Amino acid sequence: MTTRVKEKSWLHYYLRSTSGVIGAILVFLMVLLSLIAAFKLFPHDPVAQDIENTLKGPSGKYWFGTDQFGRDIFSRCLDGMRRSMIVSIFSVAIATIVGVTLGILGGYFGRWFDSVVVRMSDVIFAFPAILLALAIVNSLGNSWIDTSLAIAVVYTPIFIRVARGPVLSTKEMDYVKSARILGFSSPRILVSHILPNVLAPIVVQIALSLSWAILTESGLSFLGLGTQPPNASLGLMVSDAQALAAFAWWTLAFPSLFITIAVVGLNLVGDGLRDSLDPARRNS
Amino acid sequence: MKTNFFFSKLLSVLLTLFGISIFVFVVLRVIPGDTITGTLGTDTGVLSPEQIDVLKQYYGIDKSLFGQYTSWMGSFLKGDLGFSYTTGLSVAKLTQSSLAVTVELAILGTVLGVIMGIAVGMFSARKPGSVRDFAGQLFGLLALAIPGFVLSTTLVAVMANKFHYFPNGLEYMTPWRNPWMNFQQMMFPALVLGIAVAAPVMRTTRSALLETVDKDFVRTAHGKGVPARRVQFKHVLRNSLIPIVTMTGIQFGYLLGGAVIVEKIFALPGMGRQVLDAINHREYATVQSSVMIFAILFVTINLVTDLIYRRIDPRIK
Repeated sequence: MTTRVKEKSWLHYYLRSTSGVIGAILVFLMVLLSLIAAFKLFPHDPVAQDIENTLKGPSGKYWFGTDQFGRDIFSRCLDGMRRSMIVSIFSVAIATIVGVTLGILGGYFGRWFDSVVVRMSDVIFAFPAILLALAIVNSLGNSWIDTSLAIAVVYTPIFIRVARGPVLSTKEMDYVKSARILGFSSPRILVSHILPNVLAPIVVQIALSLSWAILTESGLSFLGLGTQPPNASLGLMVSDAQALAAFAWWTLAFPSLFITIAVVGLNLVGDGLRDSLDPARRNS
Repeated sequence: MKTNFFFSKLLSVLLTLFGISIFVFVVLRVIPGDTITGTLGTDTGVLSPEQIDVLKQYYGIDKSLFGQYTSWMGSFLKGDLGFSYTTGLSVAKLTQSSLAVTVELAILGTVLGVIMGIAVGMFSARKPGSVRDFAGQLFGLLALAIPGFVLSTTLVAVMANKFHYFPNGLEYMTPWRNPWMNFQQMMFPALVLGIAVAAPVMRTTRSALLETVDKDFVRTAHGKGVPARRVQFKHVLRNSLIPIVTMTGIQFGYLLGGAVIVEKIFALPGMGRQVLDAINHREYATVQSSVMIFAILFVTINLVTDLIYRRIDPRIK
């Protein structure tokens, strides 16, 4: 390449994808609602019971209606979303840091270290995710940190694989070999030559894993692990709604809608990022 | 070459299973509380230290961790999966009936999911970018995003309360005792699991088809006047099968996990419920053995998937 054409940024390509933009809007909406909950700006106290107003349908006062204890479902949805967000962000952050580090080191240094890393991720992969998370949450406890750690363990191997693959091919590239011949230190090569090349698939994986983490978190609280009553959690609300949905549809519909919107949004963002970060896919 | 591949694969599977057995064992030992508190609850407090020692000996948790592991693994390999104290049955006996439920559920779910996934995927890929493609992709997205427990809860609410139809409220029937009842009890949980499987299968089918459609041999087939429908199935679908089979294999494994939640909601006495109950009662032996069986199934399925696509695609050596 003699003349350098100014590359369009990935954002340019991202904004061209309709589904990516819709996904970003949905995610932004969910983050906004979580922030409202974080600053306690919801219309009602999510744990305050009101015996005179149990199982009221959606109205001007209670936008999403009330549950069997007269608690405001809209406020509980916001607070539940906030919890799901915290757990999924925290767990995916741990999974990313641990998984990417192990994957890059394993792929780069190879030998026994790589075998151990690959074997470990195979072992964790051989479990159905929810079962693994279930066992771990049970052994740790029900706080949000325990839930996050459990989910982090489940998703770490995915990041190991996503990071390790590109490292294996990148480390044989001429520019990496020449960097090594020039005497660059391993950390320097890893950070400035290898990492940028594995960044794109990792970013995509982060978006997708966030959506799975939300599903796993709500699944765990649905089973009674994770967030404990009276605190609000989307999975727990769906679980409560099992007995109520027949005559109070709003108890089931709204928490379900929140989970679905968050997962759809994150998936669309993941797809959008994949298409915009990968030069080969940009024109399709 | 071929047997060589098989043996190296088998060796790696065995190594993985060994790793899993240690992992399960360790994870369960971290659980605060043991079988005694799990069985007696708060009554444990009134026991004297001597009584606790006797109980520990009774449950076999007085040995060192290494001793506990080797004694469990030793009997597991001999086919003795342990004893479930709360049900008073051997784990092997429990597993015999529950495994059949889960496997039936998983097979039905996978079959439904693959049929739905391939159908919607083909429907979508026929005209990329059209309204029907959009509808197909929306199905894929929603099937992925709506959790199984939401679908199940909705189904139960609608069925039981609007139509007064809830076969799962009755005693579970094996297909041998009452095939029609069994079918009714399996239908909805299998559908829920099937929808979860359909999403990734649909996406894989769609992209594999779109990739194959551009290949020269497809153009040749059209050119020499093969009917369009025949090209679609015999040439395009056939050659897109590998990623679809791989995806199905992966999904079958995950479906075993999905079964935990679905079995609980639809009151099916399967492996998922067995594990869940055992975890709550801190029955180490039951949980360890059940999870090992899950893992063996999962790993076997992956191995079989691997062998199948070597079969479908002679190019893979």
